[in-house]
Amino acid sequence: MLRYIAKRLLQLIPTLLLVSIIVFLMVRIIPGDPITLLYGVSESGGTSEEYLDAMRDKYGLNDPLIVQYFRWITGFVQGDMGTSLRTHKTILEELTNRYPYTVTLAVGGTVVGSIIGVICGIIAATFHNKAGDNIVMVISMVAVSVPSFFLAMLLMLYFCLHLGVLPSLGLRSWRHAILPIATLGLGAVGMIARTTRSSMLDVINQDYIRTARAYGTSKFKIITQYAFKNALIPVLTAIGLRFGSLLAGAALVETIFTIQGIGSFLVDSVNGRDYPAIQSTVLVLAASFVIVNTLVDIIYGLVDPRVKYD
Amino acid sequence: MKSPIVRRFLKRKVSIIGLVVLLIFFLMALVGPFLCSYDPLAQDTSLISKGPSAAHWFGTDYLGRDTFTRIVYGARVSLSISFAGVFSGCFVGIILGVCAGYFGGVADAIISRVIDVLLAFPGLLLAIVIVAILGNGTQNTVIAIAVFAVPSIARMVRGVVISNKDSQYIGAAKVMGESNAQIILTHIIPNSVSQIIVNVTLNLGSAILTSSSLSFLGMGVQPPSPEWGAMLNKAKEVIRTNPWEAIFPGLVITLVVMSFSLVGDGLRDALDPKLKNVS
Repeated sequence: MLRYIAKRLLQLIPTLLLVSIIVFLMVRIIPGDPITLLYGVSESGGTSEEYLDAMRDKYGLNDPLIVQYFRWITGFVQGDMGTSLRTHKTILEELTNRYPYTVTLAVGGTVVGSIIGVICGIIAATFHNKAGDNIVMVISMVAVSVPSFFLAMLLMLYFCLHLGVLPSLGLRSWRHAILPIATLGLGAVGMIARTTRSSMLDVINQDYIRTARAYGTSKFKIITQYAFKNALIPVLTAIGLRFGSLLAGAALVETIFTIQGIGSFLVDSVNGRDYPAIQSTVLVLAASFVIVNTLVDIIYGLVDPRVKYD
Repeated sequence: MKSPIVRRFLKRKVSIIGLVVLLIFFLMALVGPFLCSYDPLAQDTSLISKGPSAAHWFGTDYLGRDTFTRIVYGARVSLSISFAGVFSGCFVGIILGVCAGYFGGVADAIISRVIDVLLAFPGLLLAIVIVAILGNGTQNTVIAIAVFAVPSIARMVRGVVISNKDSQYIGAAKVMGESNAQIILTHIIPNSVSQIIVNVTLNLGSAILTSSSLSFLGMGVQPPSPEWGAMLNKAKEVIRTNPWEAIFPGLVITLVVMSFSLVGDGLRDALDPKLKNVS
């Protein structure tokens, strides 16, 4: 077991390195270098080529790509991600201040979405092709189709402006977190409910369930104890993948509810062409996603003894 | 004389509803602009942020433009972006998937790695990264959607190719002296068509979501173009005073995305009866 966990964690390293190389190269293929974009346009009357070159030297942009990459990635690992061109704070400071907000939203959304999604999926599978199934399927179809930014607006419109019971902007107390988490959670319900339902339907038709039924075991016990345990793996995969979409989807929700998270930082950095900030933020988000999916893989081993550890 | 595929598709009522909705929107994109009496870009200061009325069915926006007209013109923008993006992504994805699956070895190792890395950027993040690099605008939104569609299609095609590669009919074709290109074009790809169609349909729905999300964030299609997501971007600022401005474009996006999913599910059931009970 420990060997399996160690192996999975080691496999993370090449993936993360590849992701970091791609992120690094992506930012380098931008037409026009960041210095010209930054100084050449903003200062009136243009800037002398000597000055631009001096700035390029200062930021190390005249070095070979491979040197630049190693400088960036070793700095990144040690927490030195450079300074944001836009806010003039260190990127590490920005990200550490904002990361808790985004994680709160993503984890909250995943938990809410998983609980409602799994319950809905089990209900749909138990009442296959009956009214309960149809209602759940319609709800999950709407939930996967509605854009999160529109859902956020509707919730805000109803709970903040119409009823006036919840605050609409910022993330200063737990009451502020309800609507953003609900937005992300409801978005996740659709896929998790559908996955749970189809996985449960696969399991319910197997022989051992029929045997349990023949023994007179109660239907509730069969569904919750025998069937659900075996239906869990695809559901866990769906939840893991969904967590990633929530991390990235937080960008939309944070923008609407004006929450100072990583997603809104990324959006502002993109709109402000703040490349050092974009580079590090994207790497942090992608790394979080890859790491969470590895953890999900490890959890498989804990919930299902059939998963082989080699 | 209906083929069994059409018959199976028609058996699912909701898929038919989805198909009808999509046809209405396609028609709207094609001929709608000729039937509208308003200009989608014409501003009218006497009509700023009005609710629905007989003259303006969906109301008017913060610049006094008719929302219904803008949604009709927006169908052309949103649908053409999604189709252009998904079809080009599909084209690249099929080539990558076939190369990886058919030739295996080094080609497979490299392509599969690239797919893995693309999939490491969750959800919208990949699209945001592409737009961050290339800049915003319609053309770059199409590229972002194409890149977004590549990994899922490439991975699916690779799977289908690998499962067909060792079948007897491929072996027979090889014995008959057919070249690799011939085998791929006449046997491998036609055998993957049903899965490709389903995948493309489902991808079109998520492409609408992606492009409207990008435009909503101000990174995709730029105003004054009546893209549906871009309409919501401005509407969020006046949601207190004129909620209709957000509600109608939002409902339209939801409806179209849902219709693509319904049609996609229906096609999957119709083209692959084996999967019928599962989803």
